[in-house]
Amino acid sequence: MSIEHLTNTLYLVASILFIYDLKLLARPRTAVTGNYLGALGMVLAVVATLISGRYDWGMIVLGVAIGSVIGAVTALRVKMTAMPEMVGLFNGFGGAASVLVAGSAMMAAFTAYSGGPAPTGGDLQMKIATVASGIIGSVTIFGSYVAFGKLAEFLCVKWKLKTWQKVVKYGVSAATAIGAIWYGVVHWNPKSAIEDIYALVFILSGLAIGGLLLLKKDRFPGMDALKVISAVASVAFGVLVVMQPENVLLYWALVGVSGILGVLLTVSIGGADMPVVIALLNSYSGLAATATGFVINNNVLIIAGALVGASGVILTNIMCKAMNRSLANVLFGTMGPTGDTPDADKVYRTVKAASADEVAMVLDSAQRVVIVPGYGMAVAQAQHAVRDLANQLEARGTTVEYAIHPVAGRMPGHMNVLLAEADVPYDKLIEMDYINPTMAQVDVVIVVGANDVVNPVARTDPKSPIAGMPIIDVDKARTVVVIKRSLSPGFAGIPNPLFAMDNTLMFFNDGKKAILELIAAIKEL
Amino acid sequence: MSDLVMLLTVFVLAIFVGIEIITKVPPTLHTPLMSGSNAISGITIVGALLLAGALQGTEYFHPVGKPLALVALVFATINVVGGYVVTHRMLKMFRRK
Repeated sequence: MSIEHLTNTLYLVASILFIYDLKLLARPRTAVTGNYLGALGMVLAVVATLISGRYDWGMIVLGVAIGSVIGAVTALRVKMTAMPEMVGLFNGFGGAASVLVAGSAMMAAFTAYSGGPAPTGGDLQMKIATVASGIIGSVTIFGSYVAFGKLAEFLCVKWKLKTWQKVVKYGVSAATAIGAIWYGVVHWNPKSAIEDIYALVFILSGLAIGGLLLLKKDRFPGMDALKVISAVASVAFGVLVVMQPENVLLYWALVGVSGILGVLLTVSIGGADMPVVIALLNSYSGLAATATGFVINNNVLIIAGALVGASGVILTNIMCKAMNRSLANVLFGTMGPTGDTPDADKVYRTVKAASADEVAMVLDSAQRVVIVPGYGMAVAQAQHAVRDLANQLEARGTTVEYAIHPVAGRMPGHMNVLLAEADVPYDKLIEMDYINPTMAQVDVVIVVGANDVVNPVARTDPKSPIAGMPIIDVDKARTVVVIKRSLSPGFAGIPNPLFAMDNTLMFFNDGKKAILELIAAIKEL
Repeated sequence: MSDLVMLLTVFVLAIFVGIEIITKVPPTLHTPLMSGSNAISGITIVGALLLAGALQGTEYFHPVGKPLALVALVFATINVVGGYVVTHRMLKMFRRK
């Protein structure tokens, strides 16, 4: 067996391990093993590559060492509430790696350098795959950066930024614009007007991206037209790259215009839709890896990329269903049909505010309690207090469960992770579809930091922006306790009649303080 | 069968396998699924190794391409190491009772 056979066999084993990794992720009990198998698969893929030839070990050790330190430190230090930001950013790194590998492979195959052998060239498959890597990868890089910036709340916002947010926001914008100008000027060729057009496109792309990242709003007039133009330009430059693969400047111009597309596609998506975007970008980063696999004729890249691509598409679909919106609507549209928003003052005329003692009395006689957490609970850092309250109620003989809406957090499954971190056993986390049919038998529902996902208007008013969105039917429970700072609306910007219902008690307070007061009040009973 | 058709076959079959197994992952584990699949998409590390480690005069060597591939290697390694470590952190929380 030659080394080449061994390498390819190890790639096959690595692919099988990746498949097992995802298969074992289907159960909390086997998931840890699955993750180990995936990591083993990655190690095998790296070993298989390294035994296949002779290498410049200095570069390899350098790159792997820097990457490992950054990766490990980030992964160990990131807070669970910041998981969407981290995954968002990492998607972008995947896209960047694909863009750079494809670009580098194209240079090696087509571009001569002084003192080197004549370039060996490549076939049509390689050229087209390089273009695909460039476009998908670049859309992923800039789309992910925008998603990261929106989740970390420094892009597309009007309020004052913290120092680190300012440094990142203006730093990235300036670096993109200055980098583009520098590269364009260096490659300015007075003898060739056509080359200068490519250099100009590159400079303008950098300026456009840098400028768009300074926007304070999600949308602006003419945005959809600009999306179409940058998409068409990406394809046009793709064709040019296939025709003249030896021209590196063209490849970077392609990456530049695709970057504009990436920014535009993500900038217009509102904060409430972030779970969809993160899932979609996850899919893109996988597809970019697949395209790179076609560039260097490598099976393991194609298989691994396809698995990630499929995973992202499925999660995107689930998230869209959970919000009752089509993917096209998330990407291009505004929030659903916006009928007349009912007047908040009218809706909230019959709101009843309750104190901790009153709520404690209600809980005292309850046999079955369901807690409905929203992202507001995580913002208030109330998950540990919520768990303490649940433990206390359970010690008094009450059954406590948690009802989890699919978009309760800021990425798919986020709320489950936040509660798991607070030591809430995962079998107490009940999915919306399972808990809804039993809601009428629930004595008390406690809503903490959730709003739109428990708004009965989704069921009753076909004109509402959230019409048809699946919700947790808390209004069907005997008593509803809503813990909320004020009557302010959620992402959808509409009043919630749940707050004014006869069986609803509003407990106005900060999430964490409210729960702690409740715990104290129950102790005194 | 040509190389391209072979690779396309592999790609399409892998998509089907992916859809089949990922549909079975429960919502509870969707976040670890995303960070785990993020780590898998770091497979581009294989391409980055080939190009960043290429010796002068060999198929994958280019003096400008090589430093770019080094940057790619850093990014891909961050994805791989960071992805698996953070997934492990999350899954451990789900395992304990």
